Amino acid sequence: MKILAAYNIKGGVGKTAAAVNIAYLAAADGYRVLLWDLDPQAAASFLFRVKPRVKGGGKALIAGKRPVDDAIKATDFENLDLLPADFTYRNLDLHLDSERKPATRLRGLLSPLSREYDLVVLDCPPSISLLSENVLHAADLLLVPLIPTTLSVRTLDQITEFVAGFNGRRPAILAFISMFDRRKRLHREIAESLPTQRGDVAATAIPALSAIERMSLERAPVAASAPRSPAARYYRELWLEARDRAGLGRTPARPTALARAIRAVQP
Amino acid sequence: LLNGVREFVLLPADDTCPPGDGLPEITDARFSVASPGRSRTMRRTWLDTFDWRLFRAGLNLEQASGPGTRELLLTARDGELVAACAPAPGTGPIRWPALIGELPMGPLREHLAGIVGVRALLPVLRATSVRTERRALNADAKTIAILTSERMTVTQPHRAATPTRIAVSALRGYQAQASKLADAICQAPGVAAAERSAFESALRAAGQHPGAYTSKIDVQLTADMPAVLAVCTVLTRLFDTAQANVHGTIRDVDTEFLHDLRIAVRRTRSVLKLAGSVLPASMVGRYRPEFKWLGDLTTPTRDLDVYLLGYPEMARKLVGAIEPELRPFRDYLMRQRETSQRQLARGLRSARFNQLADRWRQDLEQVAASPGRRPATGRFAASRITRAHQRVLRGGSAIDATSPAQALHDLRKSCKELRYLLEVFASLHDPAEQWRAVNELKALQDCLGEFQDTEVQRTELRAFAKQMVADRSAPAETILAMGEIAAALTARQRAARSEFGGRFADFASPRGQARIVALTRAAA
Repeated sequence: MKILAAYNIKGGVGKTAAAVNIAYLAAADGYRVLLWDLDPQAAASFLFRVKPRVKGGGKALIAGKRPVDDAIKATDFENLDLLPADFTYRNLDLHLDSERKPATRLRGLLSPLSREYDLVVLDCPPSISLLSENVLHAADLLLVPLIPTTLSVRTLDQITEFVAGFNGRRPAILAFISMFDRRKRLHREIAESLPTQRGDVAATAIPALSAIERMSLERAPVAASAPRSPAARYYRELWLEARDRAGLGRTPARPTALARAIRAVQP
Repeated sequence: LLNGVREFVLLPADDTCPPGDGLPEITDARFSVASPGRSRTMRRTWLDTFDWRLFRAGLNLEQASGPGTRELLLTARDGELVAACAPAPGTGPIRWPALIGELPMGPLREHLAGIVGVRALLPVLRATSVRTERRALNADAKTIAILTSERMTVTQPHRAATPTRIAVSALRGYQAQASKLADAICQAPGVAAAERSAFESALRAAGQHPGAYTSKIDVQLTADMPAVLAVCTVLTRLFDTAQANVHGTIRDVDTEFLHDLRIAVRRTRSVLKLAGSVLPASMVGRYRPEFKWLGDLTTPTRDLDVYLLGYPEMARKLVGAIEPELRPFRDYLMRQRETSQRQLARGLRSARFNQLADRWRQDLEQVAASPGRRPATGRFAASRITRAHQRVLRGGSAIDATSPAQALHDLRKSCKELRYLLEVFASLHDPAEQWRAVNELKALQDCLGEFQDTEVQRTELRAFAKQMVADRSAPAETILAMGEIAAALTARQRAARSEFGGRFADFASPRGQARIVALTRAAA
């Protein structure tokens, strides 16, 4: 099981859109995927029409009083499950802090799911906190959306530096240009130069497209609601880059949908 | 919800004209159904061995074929998927019946191997099914369950329609809502909870009874019934078993068809010999040679089967030689078997066999129609079992270290006769006592069987070797490897001989003797 985290210190940079679409595309390719909406704003849960509520709240999950497994909901898409957000996630830092080995608690919570899922996608709230540190320790790959501005590049440097200071395992980093506006000269310059200058920036840039904004109306990943749209195409390219960078193997052979259907009609 | 699934059937009256895909109308405002549904036609083939080994083990094996897909699914009786496998790319469909080795390698094959053994898997039921899936939504338009309606028509062994089935499969995390939806569906007119699985329902529609075949003599006799009637009942049952296995033997589906056929014939011969006195003498005189002919017809192929089934074990035990050196012997056996199988099939298709079958049944019916009263079955069985038991005790007691092999062979025959009598009249005895008595006898029989079989095999092996040398069909290495097997057979025979004393002493112990006496006394 690989863990991929859509993370940035800044908010409103396209983390949730990337997490949701990449989770959907991975599931469509046959990987068993769990998307954990860690953001108390619950945008990813909203997009999948799942109520942002976890029995016992974040405290019970972090303390292990309620198994993560129990809180998981199926989405409307095959192979894709969701661990919904809960408003109490705003206090996750406090709950983590009261645990032993607080910086690696999240990884410990996810490890029992490794037989059930090939990929866990974490949609993280924008912050730099104990939760972020947990995310960075848990993830195999950090997917960092960057708005093509100089300050954003500085943020990437900060994250890279922070991760470099870890002892032992460190996540790989794949940044990508997000909300790219071709009409803006600075955007064009950064989007063209950054991927060639840095190995940790994806070749795929995700433009600011109305189809992506419309996801909140459609309440579905754009790759599902408009699979032939340019937005869906860009996310697919990004997913393929992320898949290779995360070192995900070929999709394992499993009983097909037919097998599951037959199982479903036998009492 | 069991395994997240609840199933319903549409009652026949409403099944004649269900709207659209057959889903009943859901009136509960909390739920709606997304349209359109996805329909797919599938061919479903359920497989089992002739003696229903999978069914008895609580398993269902199904081959499901849909557009562009074909797979084998092994499920537990409660629907839980145990293993699944799709054919390897580039391979054609599996031709049924198939032996376990013809299935693709993997967990499904491994799981089945221990259960089906040497038996072939054959289609017990084929059906065509049209399955429509629709999504059930809650008030947030979130899918909470998949509704599947399935219309299935059995196509083999008989064409038969089954009631439309509706399944509510909860999505993960939505079991509670799906359960409420299932309650709402259950309350719709013309809907009832499904009481049996699709397979069981299809079997019922086709008039099939799972587990119907058994090679055991499952007849119910009573101590008071006339013995002639009991004997006719047993002989009819034995012939049912023999005939049930004829088709599979002729088609050479698997080696157990011939084995069961052979056992039924052997039992018939023993009953005619040991209990035939209650039948008209002319009838016994007429049929004993006929069943001997039938038994002899089956011997060569079965003997070769025993060799071929034991070949892997034989090859594994080679010490000096290696398996490839023994292969010409295996190939020789296989060629011999092909020839003997053709002769066997010819014999079972012959007019002589068909006449035997027709007349035997007619004569049994005729005798059973006017059975007379005496002797009564209980007394008759007791006297026959006692006599056979005494014969075993006398024969065994007379054997010592100097006795010739023939004495042990004769004792084995006596033991077989006693065993058959115990089995034929089993329904007169207390099952637990019967089980113990048969088990003790079986231990003695196993020892005597090992002694005689190893001798017969060694003699045959020498004959095979001579023939192979004469035919120039085996290199020297093969003959040497066969020599190793002959030596191993001699060692086994010696071991069996040295075990005999202890086994017989157990059987002939006062407790063992008392057990048989108690059985017969109770039956009489």
